[in-house]
Amino acid sequence: MAVMTYREALRAAMREELRRDENVVLMGEEVAQFNGAYKVTEGLLKEFGPKRVVDTPISEAGFIGLGIGASMLGIRPVMELMFWSFSYVAFDQIVNNAGNIRYMSGGLINCPIVIRGPANGGTNVGATHSHTPEAILASHPGIKVVCPATPYDAKGLMKAAIRDNDPVYVMENTILYNDKGEVPEDDYVVPLGVADVKRQGEDLTIVAHGRAVITSLKAAEILEAEHGVSVEVVDLRSIRPLDEETVLASVRKTHRVLLVEENKPFCGVDAQIAYLIQSRAFDELDAPIHRVSSVDAPQIYCKRLEDQQIPNPARVVAEALKVLA
Amino acid sequence: MAKPAVLTHPESLKRPAGPSEYAKDPVNAKMTKAEKVELYTKMARIRHFEQRCIRVYQQGKIGGFLHLYVGQEAVAAGTISLLGKHDHVITGYRDHGHALMVGMGMNECMAELTGKVTGCSKGKGGSMHYFAPDKNFWGGHGIVGGQAPLGTGLAYAVKYLGRKGSCLCYMGDGAVNQGAVHEAYNLAALWDLPVIFVIENNGYSMGTSQERSTAHPGCLAKRAEGYGMAWDVVNGHDVYEVRARTAVALKRAHEESKPTVLEIFTYRYYGHSMADPDKTYRDKEEIKEYREQKDPVLLFEKELIAEKTLTPEKAKAINEAAMEEADAAAKFADESPDPTLADVTKDIYWEEDNRGPDTSSRGTIIFE
Ligand SMILES: Cc1ncc(C[n+]2csc(CCOP(=O)(O)OP(=O)(O)O)c2C)c(N)n1
Ligand SMILES: [Mg+2]
Repeated sequence: MAVMTYREALRAAMREELRRDENVVLMGEEVAQFNGAYKVTEGLLKEFGPKRVVDTPISEAGFIGLGIGASMLGIRPVMELMFWSFSYVAFDQIVNNAGNIRYMSGGLINCPIVIRGPANGGTNVGATHSHTPEAILASHPGIKVVCPATPYDAKGLMKAAIRDNDPVYVMENTILYNDKGEVPEDDYVVPLGVADVKRQGEDLTIVAHGRAVITSLKAAEILEAEHGVSVEVVDLRSIRPLDEETVLASVRKTHRVLLVEENKPFCGVDAQIAYLIQSRAFDELDAPIHRVSSVDAPQIYCKRLEDQQIPNPARVVAEALKVLA
Repeated sequence: MAKPAVLTHPESLKRPAGPSEYAKDPVNAKMTKAEKVELYTKMARIRHFEQRCIRVYQQGKIGGFLHLYVGQEAVAAGTISLLGKHDHVITGYRDHGHALMVGMGMNECMAELTGKVTGCSKGKGGSMHYFAPDKNFWGGHGIVGGQAPLGTGLAYAVKYLGRKGSCLCYMGDGAVNQGAVHEAYNLAALWDLPVIFVIENNGYSMGTSQERSTAHPGCLAKRAEGYGMAWDVVNGHDVYEVRARTAVALKRAHEESKPTVLEIFTYRYYGHSMADPDKTYRDKEEIKEYREQKDPVLLFEKELIAEKTLTPEKAKAINEAAMEEADAAAKFADESPDPTLADVTKDIYWEEDNRGPDTSSRGTIIFE
């Protein structure tokens, strides 16, 4: 195993898939000559040339739609959005075209496209650049959504996404790009729809995805060190498909649940998880389910307050103690 | 109602309709008599299919929106009759004409309209969403202009895969004001993609004339110049002219891998959809004038009779056969079963429909 950053892990996944399949094409704004706005695609133009790594104009509806059209003919485009926030100008393509075409054609067509890029707040850039649209997108049947939290998962999920024959939207996180972790150098995939218990525990289950997993792991350490509480952290990894069984197994073990996500509370991913738990494990619960989401307002610019708006370890610890009370 | 000043207008449309000036164009001259009769037959089939749809709709068997192609037949017929193995077609919601032209059957098309499982999309798409990828037909799209990037992407794929082909991407005159269309124009021109954007200019987007929707109206094709793209204007009432001028664009796509905007002037006889009473935005006289003087099917029929390719008796027989075929399709649709409740949750994900030993994904993908 090598130690690499989340950014390098994503790049390794794309490099390996570019080598493996000549129909894989990377596309997006600044992905080629500029080496990527966040340097995720650094060096790939040099290695694979301009047919495989393509700079696009600032034209999300145009180039994402183009990628979807090309995918219907067997190209496997991996499209970078500089931020998932910018997907909103391409929403019709992303939802109506990629998400519906298989159904509307009675199963005659499929769109093996990957759309990837960062989807996170916490970077002091204001409301337009801080959206987390995983819940919005995953609410559309036809679409798959994954949110890797670690370098290992970033590489494995990205490779699974590129090989998948349906549209898969990979939501990364700029704050995680420099995180380091152990990543196998050989070929592996993290299958879609498989959650991962990132920390074992007995007293409380925290369910999270994306960077909220990292936040929750930090909170779990504090809870153990300062409050003697044993916390299990379940990382969903994949939002749709959703690994319901791993969540339920953990609930049956600890009987107490805290849901943590960086979305705003209204109709977030956690609303679905809370529904799942009450419908299938109601009798297992010793306390009501609590949650920690981003404070329900457009993302604030002021860094000091934004750090409190999104879930942080202190907020998670405080809420966990309420569930345990 | 004042008509928009048309600044870029095909020459032939400025004169009363008469024998086609394009009959001797090489793409038409090289057609055999049988091919010409076949083209006429296809136009007649579109006409009669659509007219049969009106009856099925009025019987309450077709739900939702039904946009008819009557009056516009020469556009789909002329353009699609030129296509080869690596040429692709994608269009908006007024898609029945294109579907029949690429070779989809009346049965599957009619059954789709009545929501039957024997429909081309198993009753999951409806009138606006026909597809036949095996015939290089990629829909049938309900969002105005949303298909333009997809068509550009099909052309991108054709080029990427090293094939000598193209994509014909159709849209209405109302679609040209959508951002997605302009983004598609830019990408097509920037990357030299073999796509032909066909604007089927029937004068109206729903009840809105071009003058009321479009700055500098009457110059839709010419907008291509802003992208350094070739463009042309075509009389869409004359199928020979449509073929001749489309052939130039097709050659540009095949030989030079360059895009074109083709604005084809046409007219729809019925309301925007069956839901449009068609009373507020245009004169009955205008419709009558087009029907009597510029009807694409009748003009082609006259042309072929004058050429002695067709006799009035043969034309009559062709039309009767098309009506019978449409009748049989209505019967087929009637007798076909609905999809089942279990069908509702199929055809959503390829990976679920094709689960096998290689499928790695797990978890819940369809929720209760
Ligand atoms: C994005 C979007 N906006 C509005 C509509 C509703 N709508 C459907 S067709 C249409 C008119 C389009 O006219 P045009 O492009 O000229 O095509 P035509 O119907 O004449 O073939 C409108 C407003 C839609 N389907 N999609
Ligand atoms: Mg129109």
